[in-house]
Amino acid sequence: MAFTPIPIPIHATGGKSAAFEYLTTKKDELVGWARKFSLFPYPFVTACCAMEFMAVSSSPYDTDRFGAALPRFSPRQADLLMVVGTVTHKQAPVLYRVYEQMCEPKWVMAFGVCATSGGFYQNYAAVQGIDKIIPVDIYVPGCPPRPEMVIDGIMQLQDKIARSRHPVITRDF
Amino acid sequence: MAAIFERLRQRLPALECEVTQAHGVPVVSLPPTRLFDVVTVLKDEFQFDLFLDVTAIDWLPREPRFEVVHHFYSTSHFVRIRLKTVVPDADPAVASLVPLYGAAGFMERECHDMYGIGFQGNADMRPILLYEGFVGHPLRKDYPKLQEQPLVPYRK
Repeated sequence: MAFTPIPIPIHATGGKSAAFEYLTTKKDELVGWARKFSLFPYPFVTACCAMEFMAVSSSPYDTDRFGAALPRFSPRQADLLMVVGTVTHKQAPVLYRVYEQMCEPKWVMAFGVCATSGGFYQNYAAVQGIDKIIPVDIYVPGCPPRPEMVIDGIMQLQDKIARSRHPVITRDF
Repeated sequence: MAAIFERLRQRLPALECEVTQAHGVPVVSLPPTRLFDVVTVLKDEFQFDLFLDVTAIDWLPREPRFEVVHHFYSTSHFVRIRLKTVVPDADPAVASLVPLYGAAGFMERECHDMYGIGFQGNADMRPILLYEGFVGHPLRKDYPKLQEQPLVPYRK
C-alpha cells in the first residue's frame, strides 16, 4: 500500500505558511503556559506599600501558588518588575535604569495608587504614574491594595502572558 | 521652665530681642544681624546644646516676606526654645550656625532647597533633598504646585 501523508488539520488555507502559523500558535501556547507560572519578581520597593507587599508574599496569601514568590534582587534575573510605592523625580532615573537592565521578556506591575497615577502626591516631587517613563502591563490601585487585589493582578497578568505571542527571535535579538 | 524664662527676659533684650511665650515655649524674635550672637549666648549661658531644626515661613505677599525659625533644646533644663527672624525677599539670608552646631549643616541645606534662604558661612549648599538642576524653590508660595521638572524624558 502506498504511503499517503496525513494532512495537518488546519482551517486556514495557504499551504506551508498556514502550517507554520499553526505550529507557532501551539508553540506560543506552550511557552506562555511555562512563562506565566515562572514569574520572578524584582521588587522595586520605595514606600509604605512594602508592608502590603510583605503580607502578600508571605504564607497567609502566598504568591508562590502562582509561581511568583521568589524575588530576585538583581533585575537581570527578573521577569516582573513590581514598582511598589511612590516614585519621585529624583528616583526616576534609577527606575528607568533597572527597567533597562531586565532581560526580555519582561513585565511591569504598578503596585498601589502612587505608582499607578501619583496618588495624592499631586506636587512637584512625585512622578504622576510610572507609565510616564516605562510601559506598564498591569495596574493594581489601592492605598495600599488589599492582598486579594494583588493576587487578582497577578492572575490577570498570567492571563495576559498566556494570551500573548512569544516569539523566539525578538526585535532586539 | 518659669525660672529660665525669667532669666531669658532679663538677659536677651540687651541683644535687641523680644521674648514672649507661646504654648509653654519661649519665643525670641530678633533681627537677622543678631542671630549668631544670640545663639552663642543661648548655647554658652543657657545650655541650649541641641539644635533641633531650622525652617522658614513664606508670608507672601507680606513684606518682609520670610520668617526663619530655629528650634533648640536644652538637655540639662529640658526646655525648648524658638527663634524667629524676619528676612526680606530681596536678600533672604541669615548667618549659618554650623560653627556652633555641626547638625545645622544638613538642615540649612534643606531650608535652602525648599525656601531659598541663604546661610552665610555654610560652605556646602548643594541640594540635599532636591536634585542638581532643579530651578526654583518648591515650598515658596509662588512656586506652581504641579510644576514638574522631570529627569527622565516622558514616553510619548
